[in-house]
Amino acid sequence: MATRAPGLVEQHPATGVVPTGSAPAERLPTTGPRTIPTWVWALPPVAVLAVVFLYPLALVVQESLAPGAYADVLASASFREALVTTVWLAVASTAGCLVLGFVLAVVIAFVPFPGGKAVSKFIDVFLSFPSFLITLALLFLYGTVGMANGLWTDVTGDTTGPFQFLTTPWGVLLAEITYFTPFVMRPLLAAFSQMETAQLEVASSLGARPLRIVRQVILPEALPALAAGGSLVLVMCLNEFGIVLFTGAKGVTTLPMLVYGKAILESDYAAACVVAVVNVALSVGLYVLYRGVSRRAGA
Amino acid sequence: MLVHSRTGRWTAWAGFAVLFVPLFALPLLVIVAASFSTNWSGAFPSGPTTAHYAAAVRGESLQALTTSLVTAVTASLIALTAGTWAALAGAALGAGGPWGRRAKRFLDALFMLPVAVPSVVVGLAVLVAYSQPPVLLNGTRWIVILAHTVLVTAFAHQSVSAAVVRLDPMYEQAAASLGARPSYVLLRVKLPLLLPSLNAAAGLCFALSMGELSATMMLYPPDWTPLPVLIFTRTDRGALFTGSALAVVLMAATLLALLAVSRIRTKASYR
Repeated sequence: MATRAPGLVEQHPATGVVPTGSAPAERLPTTGPRTIPTWVWALPPVAVLAVVFLYPLALVVQESLAPGAYADVLASASFREALVTTVWLAVASTAGCLVLGFVLAVVIAFVPFPGGKAVSKFIDVFLSFPSFLITLALLFLYGTVGMANGLWTDVTGDTTGPFQFLTTPWGVLLAEITYFTPFVMRPLLAAFSQMETAQLEVASSLGARPLRIVRQVILPEALPALAAGGSLVLVMCLNEFGIVLFTGAKGVTTLPMLVYGKAILESDYAAACVVAVVNVALSVGLYVLYRGVSRRAGA
Repeated sequence: MLVHSRTGRWTAWAGFAVLFVPLFALPLLVIVAASFSTNWSGAFPSGPTTAHYAAAVRGESLQALTTSLVTAVTASLIALTAGTWAALAGAALGAGGPWGRRAKRFLDALFMLPVAVPSVVVGLAVLVAYSQPPVLLNGTRWIVILAHTVLVTAFAHQSVSAAVVRLDPMYEQAAASLGARPSYVLLRVKLPLLLPSLNAAAGLCFALSMGELSATMMLYPPDWTPLPVLIFTRTDRGALFTGSALAVVLMAATLLALLAVSRIRTKASYR
């Protein structure tokens, strides 16, 4: 399709017309927009991007190369802990989002119910809200004096409830699964809406049970969308900051939190830049993978 | 239809409700409920009040809301201009043979890069770059707007370039064959055809910028505090109910803007 995409300054037929009747000395003016080659038009946006994004990023890399910065950071226990926490939280959240998103999307698409459209709309709206709202809500749901613990103390008469996981990695995991599941559901619903329902009818009329249809017909069709959505969620989880910041948990430090802590709280910019470079390498590497996967999936 | 038996269908729906309601609907309801109450020590909030909203539309909170709105509108407009320009230039490059296609892919990758880079790092990079000569922006509102622009440009570029590919080349070829200059084709044919997706991109950029916290936390000056940062400082100090009221204001402002943008879109699609 890209080959058919027309040019911004494509030469239209009238341009090439040479006025045959006029004197040969009368040359067409060579200035004007038509003589500017196409690639020149791409320069202004690239220049702007270079000034506001690429140059700052290069400075971060340069600052991270301060003597001893890498050795100090890579040897520190806090960095290694943050790296491990970031990766396992991202992987676990992605797995949770994939399972939950697949189940919910299958019900919306294949066991339709009144209000299913409204649920899809709600998911779109959900995507436009910032992530930290989820953590704020979880504070009221599972916080020390929240709804769940309040119900427990009301029923049992205990002074404290059993739900104390919010300031642990599990609280972050729950928030990330909640917030990022819609990012998996959207491509899945799009894929399901283009699926031949005849396949399902045939399989079902041949006596296949619903779970078998899901496993053998729907799941293979959903794999590209799952791969694309899953890798996007993985990258976003690696980069997530608001959810972790709002839990206020001292025990949960991810790489973005470490960048913030080093730069703003400790004013140690060299260390912050080192952590930033590691984080960028991790996410950009995965993002390149994501683009490859989603291009192969035709998404 | 996947499940044919009545009980099977009800089981699927019940399972859906059990997963969906507590995970997705309840959080938003809880924030709204908390914003109207003074106390939450039992199962349900108590002490109904509208005082948090009265405080949310005054003084510091009102200023934070205007700050967020101005930042989001400015960042979205700049991002939309840059993203559309890059998308159109990329499409033009892509039409120019194998080297052009390679250049287009490079341009696309370049503009998608801010999505993959963590927002915190974008904030750090902008802070490092503009706290030193030649350009000193640290401590001004422009550094916040600049960071937001960088973050949302990628999304504007992505959605506009997807629309440019789907554009029917017949219209502009017809216009060009009738003697329209390229600038006229761009302004009177291409951009009007792209208007629906431009609107969608504008809504997306606006919503993203309204809720942006990560990069903003790295570089906001004291006199330019966007709403998400204020929500964080309030809840961090323990004022959870004030924070919820501010969060509801943030959600409402985002939704209203998205609604307004979608209304423009329906108008434009009738053309």
